[in-house]
Amino acid sequence: MPHLDNGAGGRIFAVMEHASDILIVGGGLNGPVLALALAGAGFGVTVIDALPAPVRHAPGFDGRGYALALASQRLLDAVGLWDPLDDDAQPILEIRVTDGNAGQGPGPFWMGFDHAEIEEGPMGFMVEDRHLRAAVMDALDRTPQITQLSGRQVVSQEVGPAGVTVTLDDGSTLTGRLLIGADGRNSGTGARAGIRRIAWSYDQTALVAAIGHTLPHNGTAHQFFMPEGPLAILPLTGNRSSIVWSTSTKAARTLSVLDDDAFLAALRPRFGDFLGDLSLAGARFSYPLGLSVAYDFVAPRVALVGDSAHGMHPIAGQGLNVGLRDVAALAEVLTDANRRGEDMASIDVLERYQQWRRFDAVSLAMATDGFNRLFSNDNPLLRMGRDLGMGLVQSLPGLRRNFIREAAGLSGALPRLMQGQPL
Amino acid sequence: MQAGQTSIDASEVAKFEAMAAEWWDPTGKFKPLHMMNPVRLDYITTQIAGEFDRDLASPRPFEGLRLLDIGCGGGLLSEPMARLGATVVGADAAERNIPVARIHAEQSGLPIDYRHTTAEAIAEAGEEFDVVLNMEVVEHVAEPSAFLSTCSSLLRSGGLHICSTINRNPKSWAVAIFGAEQVMRWLPRGTHVWSKFITPDELYDLLSGAGLKPVDRKGFVFDPLGWSWSISSRDLSVNYVTAALKP
Repeated sequence: MPHLDNGAGGRIFAVMEHASDILIVGGGLNGPVLALALAGAGFGVTVIDALPAPVRHAPGFDGRGYALALASQRLLDAVGLWDPLDDDAQPILEIRVTDGNAGQGPGPFWMGFDHAEIEEGPMGFMVEDRHLRAAVMDALDRTPQITQLSGRQVVSQEVGPAGVTVTLDDGSTLTGRLLIGADGRNSGTGARAGIRRIAWSYDQTALVAAIGHTLPHNGTAHQFFMPEGPLAILPLTGNRSSIVWSTSTKAARTLSVLDDDAFLAALRPRFGDFLGDLSLAGARFSYPLGLSVAYDFVAPRVALVGDSAHGMHPIAGQGLNVGLRDVAALAEVLTDANRRGEDMASIDVLERYQQWRRFDAVSLAMATDGFNRLFSNDNPLLRMGRDLGMGLVQSLPGLRRNFIREAAGLSGALPRLMQGQPL
Repeated sequence: MQAGQTSIDASEVAKFEAMAAEWWDPTGKFKPLHMMNPVRLDYITTQIAGEFDRDLASPRPFEGLRLLDIGCGGGLLSEPMARLGATVVGADAAERNIPVARIHAEQSGLPIDYRHTTAEAIAEAGEEFDVVLNMEVVEHVAEPSAFLSTCSSLLRSGGLHICSTINRNPKSWAVAIFGAEQVMRWLPRGTHVWSKFITPDELYDLLSGAGLKPVDRKGFVFDPLGWSWSISSRDLSVNYVTAALKP
């Protein structure tokens, strides 16, 4: 496979023009998964990433994980990524949502969602970052239709009537029919295409860590709503869970300088003792939280996926899942257009993708914003309202099943790759 | 047919000439054709793939097929067919459409033989094709039966003729003329003449009379809520399409 991230490759490209059907900027997760889906449909794809390859091949467990909805798992399966992940993935069998109070642990009001209420299987899977990233890198290396350019930044892009030309920081140029931005919240691809965005910060920071515990989690994911922000406890394989603890940026600053013992001491009253004794099972990370949505997901010969189109609050653990839904929808729109002979990068084709995804993604971004505002406070009226709401959901099986299908990513117009069908 | 005689009413040609430059603007005057194009292409590609045993998931599946697009306009169908590998001749009686189509195909890097000519002239020259596309044309010709005979003579034995038009009934007047021309202003007034519309049964008879064997017909249905077109086996009440084979 043409793995051209060394100096020689760069020099060759400096004098050669390179052509692919599709150029993808961003080598994180959405970009490579899209590259695999498109390569499977017969397109030639080049993935350009600013990071050098060794940095992307992270070594041991670093404590980060992803909650993959069932629909996302089906997409990964369809592009050949699930087999190597299956053994290390923890099925999420139940989700419990509880209104908590700092210092008192989980409160008496809760909602429970059990995968047994829908027929499709578990609601999702917890996958560690190191496993997912390694599987993605291996799959890219094995796919001859994919060219990887690591450690290269795009400095300019130019759209013509039949194609797009991209210039990299080493002076080389690439041409393609379509340019895809999978380059995150500060998408350079989107900015260079003149796409404006709206963004705000939450003054909240997410503390992420893996926690070891003495009692089994039985595949249950917990979400505790605290006045300063939600605490998610997500089951990993063995007696380990991944926590995403969103709290005020001021509190997070204090917590992140604590040593591990002091950090655990601060966590314990919020986490509770239902999983026994707690210990740290990996490094601690912190991420400032904010929302950033692009006004348009497409421009002539340009499309944005994932956070480059919509970065949202992790309150529902949906960031990667929404991005993968973009990936599956865009791959389907492009493949269908190509098979009927249309110019797949024409604006009327790309607008089909935008029409499919923008309303859904932006409403979810706004819903996470609303949820966060509703739950991240101690106003007694709001607290009573949300407790009543949870009690209501708990007593209505139909409504509860809708929540479960939503959590599994099975609601709405589902792309073929997320229904277990080929493109 | 005598030389110089064409199938197209002179007044009809003038109407389309006036609109030619607008062909490739998806939000312009030809917006309804752009909106309808995905379902037209879905039908055409599926029929060709089925008839000539081609796999649409493979690259350039129509390689080796010679295709004539009658009334090619700006090339909305010719370009996709060329992109799928077919050898395409695009014919239009409106002279101004040809340079528009040629310039666009050149920009797209597609080799398409666009000609300012008529089906009759091509047939007279003795040319033959595997596929003849006859989309939204028959309702504009002076003599449908003579015109379809010409189309039939353009096909090789085993060739495929795809013809779409508009049904003639009160609903098609309400939708295609009152709705599309007068309410939505999607089409200039006078684009269509209701009495020239043809029912599916009449078209089947005309095709058979022209020496073709009709094998399939479907409706193209506009959903005003989803604002999109779909293919229907049951609803042929307004826009519809037929496939016929040359024995």
